[in-house]
Amino acid sequence: MKRVVNTLCFMCSVRCPIQVEVENNQVLRIRGNPHVPAMNGGICPKAAAAIAGLNDNQRVRFPLIRTGERGSGQWKRVSWTEALDYTADRCKDIFDKYGAKSSIYCERANLMSDISKSFQKAIGSPNHFTHDTVCKGSINTACRSIIGYTDGQINADWTNAKHVVLYGRNVFESIEIKAMNSFISALENGTKLTYIDPRVTITAAKATDYKMIRPGGDLALNYALMHVIIEEKLYDAQYVRRWVEGFEELCSFVIPYTPQWAEKETGILAEEIVSLAREVSKVKPAVVFHYGYRGSHHPTETYFRRSILILNALMGSIESKGGLFIKKGLKDAGYKAGLKTFSSQKFPEMEDTRRFDGCGQDKFPIADPAHGVGFMLPHAILNEDPYPIKVLFAFRYDPLLSNPDYNTNLKALKKLDLIVASDVNFGGTTALADVVLPESFFLERSDPLQMGSSLKPAINRRTACVGPRFDTKPMWWIVKQLADRLGAGHYFPYETAEDIWNYQLTDLDIKIEDFDETGFVSLSDKAIWWDRNDGIKFKTPSAKIEVLSNLMESHGIPSLPPYEALDEKPGAFRLMCGRCVAHTNVMTQNNLYLNHLVPENRLWINDRRAKELGITNNDRILVESKAGKGEMCAYVTDMIHPEAAFMLHGFGHVEVDSKRSYGKGASDALFQERLHDKIGGSPALDHSWITVTKI
Amino acid sequence: MGDYIISTNPKRCIACHACEIACKSEKGLPLEVTLGKIVVLGPKMVNGNPNMTSVFVPCFHCEQAWCMESCPTEAIRRRKKDGLVYIIDSLCVGCKACITACPWHIPQWNVEAGKVVKCDLCMDLIDAGEEPVCVSVCPTNALEFCKPAELSNNTREAYGRGLLEKKLWATKVR
Repeated sequence: MKRVVNTLCFMCSVRCPIQVEVENNQVLRIRGNPHVPAMNGGICPKAAAAIAGLNDNQRVRFPLIRTGERGSGQWKRVSWTEALDYTADRCKDIFDKYGAKSSIYCERANLMSDISKSFQKAIGSPNHFTHDTVCKGSINTACRSIIGYTDGQINADWTNAKHVVLYGRNVFESIEIKAMNSFISALENGTKLTYIDPRVTITAAKATDYKMIRPGGDLALNYALMHVIIEEKLYDAQYVRRWVEGFEELCSFVIPYTPQWAEKETGILAEEIVSLAREVSKVKPAVVFHYGYRGSHHPTETYFRRSILILNALMGSIESKGGLFIKKGLKDAGYKAGLKTFSSQKFPEMEDTRRFDGCGQDKFPIADPAHGVGFMLPHAILNEDPYPIKVLFAFRYDPLLSNPDYNTNLKALKKLDLIVASDVNFGGTTALADVVLPESFFLERSDPLQMGSSLKPAINRRTACVGPRFDTKPMWWIVKQLADRLGAGHYFPYETAEDIWNYQLTDLDIKIEDFDETGFVSLSDKAIWWDRNDGIKFKTPSAKIEVLSNLMESHGIPSLPPYEALDEKPGAFRLMCGRCVAHTNVMTQNNLYLNHLVPENRLWINDRRAKELGITNNDRILVESKAGKGEMCAYVTDMIHPEAAFMLHGFGHVEVDSKRSYGKGASDALFQERLHDKIGGSPALDHSWITVTKI
Repeated sequence: MGDYIISTNPKRCIACHACEIACKSEKGLPLEVTLGKIVVLGPKMVNGNPNMTSVFVPCFHCEQAWCMESCPTEAIRRRKKDGLVYIIDSLCVGCKACITACPWHIPQWNVEAGKVVKCDLCMDLIDAGEEPVCVSVCPTNALEFCKPAELSNNTREAYGRGLLEKKLWATKVR
């Protein structure tokens, strides 16, 4: 009999609410959850390809132990008991000698993170990091330094915004359906979109105004915008007086950064900068300067993201209708408690609390330890700094292909004694693993409940729609089994997903059945806004927006250092990377339909520059940087700035088990140098220079 | 022509191809078969500004359906009640005459089945009171399924605005 299940997608990290139609343990169709108005039944191509992902024979189908060389694709199929015993025995041997701190656990942050963090604490290691560090570590740090909240705790009011400025934030190709749909309707109703990117994207094609900026020029543009806004008194004076700390210092700081100065740095005409500042100010505070996510990852990234938030502050748009809002949770909706977490249990004291990445400690004092700094992984392994690292739990995350400098990553991973990988598909790191513990596909598993903080908070549930196709398990089960064998099982008091849900709901008057009809429990039927005059609860020491940041200054990091001009390298291209609508990071390139839609990546280069180099469309080219070299195809176009080159992230898979994506395109990680933002810890993904030659 | 149309609002279309993939996935079609295609022009630079236009091309259910007329086994037929043109699978002998005849490349060769397959606007779903798969999954509601007379003013206006803006773009010098 047919039935429908309301659950959460996991083809990317957005977790859109979906409805799945099931019959005889098969998924027949997937639609957007009809109980969520802005979804309107829609799904993205990744969700549309989920059935192919579910039934894919090239998935990791059963537990494996490596028999050949690392990466050779030679495996022995084993039972779960054998795989888990093997993993635990190897861990015990290593921990006896080096301590549990010699293990690092990395994951794609999702509904499991609370349990993953508990696992590391339970076995006695301070080392846990998430993929967020690659994506938005510096955004997180910038947000906390200014308003005391992380980027995950704020959002944009897409529906009511009157003018939105996006910096490489390609909302129509990295889609979050609810937000995108609200925004596209707003655009229809006259909202203006200014899109700033050295490359034309689909978002650029939807923009009211597109500005082809020099790669890396975003910070200069923002300083010039501030200059105009302050000089012409276009800011929201009342809001600034009430909420902004350090405004006077900002005023004197931006004096030299005139639009004329910025013209050279950005390639955008001075009068255009002036007119943008005036345009946005007209509709303040219903303005969004968007703080994330892709694009413009340079060593100064924390300052760039801070500059965006400062612009929002000048517009009075933080916690304003049509601007940015601070997400509200259970307490704001009148509940006395939150979801109960596993990581808040009392764990044994660690003998050594130094982290492998020095996050929140010596190396990155103000970066967020909740995410860690994954960029430091190869450094810690190769240099045994601060101590030897021997074990990597790479759970649904692929540090080899996600982090810059593939060759160094590979060298580091090969040095490890034990790699335990858990994923749905074979990825670069899975292929190097000693033992593979296959995770069930998201349609086959229930996961811990998700707190959906927002203007109208809700709790969402992912529920298994069908039984596992292969011999796979949910991650919370795998982690508990490992913990059991390492003598820490009692920190995971559950047997089933229902047990986990009940545990999370302990302190709340909400029952599991309450989720059955719609897949979520709504906690407030009206949007919760704080009073802009007196009620905004900024979490900074001054309870204000800190342009002069206590967090930074107290660690000797200047809030407003002088601008450093962009370097130039004639003959070379600044490599940028990004994503398309078909793929999620390095996870989906082998999916049957998505692989067919976008099978490989090509290097975008400007037509004029290509002509000088004698390169035409689809030519095979050799791409070289300080970090590595590789071959791919060229895409010659007038849609990219002459100084920039662009490639899609996530290709260049060389793991033999992923037969569709094997050897197609090149990995951006291969060319990206080991450069990073030393404050927030994000890798400078868009900062490497490459040279290009025709083969 | 059939009673129904699928119109594209190019202002809303983001060229994500969810329509095509959902169709293939739900119907279990081989990769090469795309029953309703989204044809995207761009993004490309037009006078220094990015431009993109999309049109969804499902079967038009032509008044004089050449696929139907060319079929030697009468496997392709028209439904009386709404004029939809469809294939009776068991009667198709795989001669591909319809593929040659259709100027819109609508009938497609299903190599796995050795037969032709074509878009019938998901007539089984229409009969059940639902929309075709491609329309129901569209994440931006760029596709609209209706009878021509019901085509929303919204969509008509969007077309109009799009054309108007292009004209303005053409004269704007950067």
